[in-house]
Amino acid sequence: MDFIQSTSLNDPSSFILLSGVEVGKHFYWEFQGTTLHGQVFIVSWFVIALIILFSVLGTSNAKRIPESWQNFMESVVEFTQEIAVNQLGESEYRPWLPFIGTLFLFIFGCNWAGALIPWKLIELPSGELSAPTNDINTTVALALLTSVTYFFAGFKKKGLGYFKRYLQPTPVLLPINILEDFTKPLSLSFRLFGNILADELTVTVLTMLVPLIIPLPIMVLGVFASSIQALIFSTLAAAYIAEAVEGH
Amino acid sequence: MDSIISAASVLAAGLAVGLGAIGPGIGQGNAAGQAVEGIARQPEAENKIRGTLLLSLAFMEALTIYGLVVALSLLFANPFTS
Repeated sequence: MDFIQSTSLNDPSSFILLSGVEVGKHFYWEFQGTTLHGQVFIVSWFVIALIILFSVLGTSNAKRIPESWQNFMESVVEFTQEIAVNQLGESEYRPWLPFIGTLFLFIFGCNWAGALIPWKLIELPSGELSAPTNDINTTVALALLTSVTYFFAGFKKKGLGYFKRYLQPTPVLLPINILEDFTKPLSLSFRLFGNILADELTVTVLTMLVPLIIPLPIMVLGVFASSIQALIFSTLAAAYIAEAVEGH
Repeated sequence: MDSIISAASVLAAGLAVGLGAIGPGIGQGNAAGQAVEGIARQPEAENKIRGTLLLSLAFMEALTIYGLVVALSLLFANPFTS
């Protein structure tokens, strides 16, 4: 069902549809028999390159009294550190800080890259460039990574005693506890995917109705909401890890 | 495509978001009201209350978003229309 038809910028009659969203259409890459969603990879690589560039700028020529880039990156690192410390506590947070910080920075970068950069100006054969997080495969991958990480954290801390958690507070709750392991990645991935896609769709529909000025507040709301989503994803990942490592 | 299926899908998509928005709407209203009350009582705790409020609002929002995901999959990736 082609709900919102995409149009090209070169077509003068359709200059209004600057932000057409194509749901379910992708820029397919064939790689050794598997089909990949190319547009997700392009923007992800862009975000990764940006984060690496920022880190290199921040850490090359490090000084005791930080200046410009180093100053900025230090505050970014402190922010992610705070997310981890708030959930895991001072004594436990350090081994998981890289994971949580990476999650936050990557999701934040993806969301803002989709919201702030006019990707529509770059024409693809099919599909369109946008936030990698509006493809459910990206968010499911991130959520499954989180699942693997909290299992690993639990095993590392408690060994097989980790499974005792499923029988607490009473063995009657065993099915619910097992179900929880499936609902966690499900809710994590759907929340991020739905929020980002919903924002893009809202902006698109509003732009189709009124092309100027009116969509702006929604765009600003989208930029705000997508940063909150990155914060929530990493906070929840930290909370799940904390739940796995906490002693009873 | 079967017209009954498309009609049912569109209707269901509307209902999924519409009904799904009721509960979180009430919940977010409650939460925001309590937060305002908390800030009025203790203005110095505003920053902490704001952070917690935003986080919990996003949790409630997620419930509507689940409905939205169902609606989107009915509209764009309907499994019954192939």
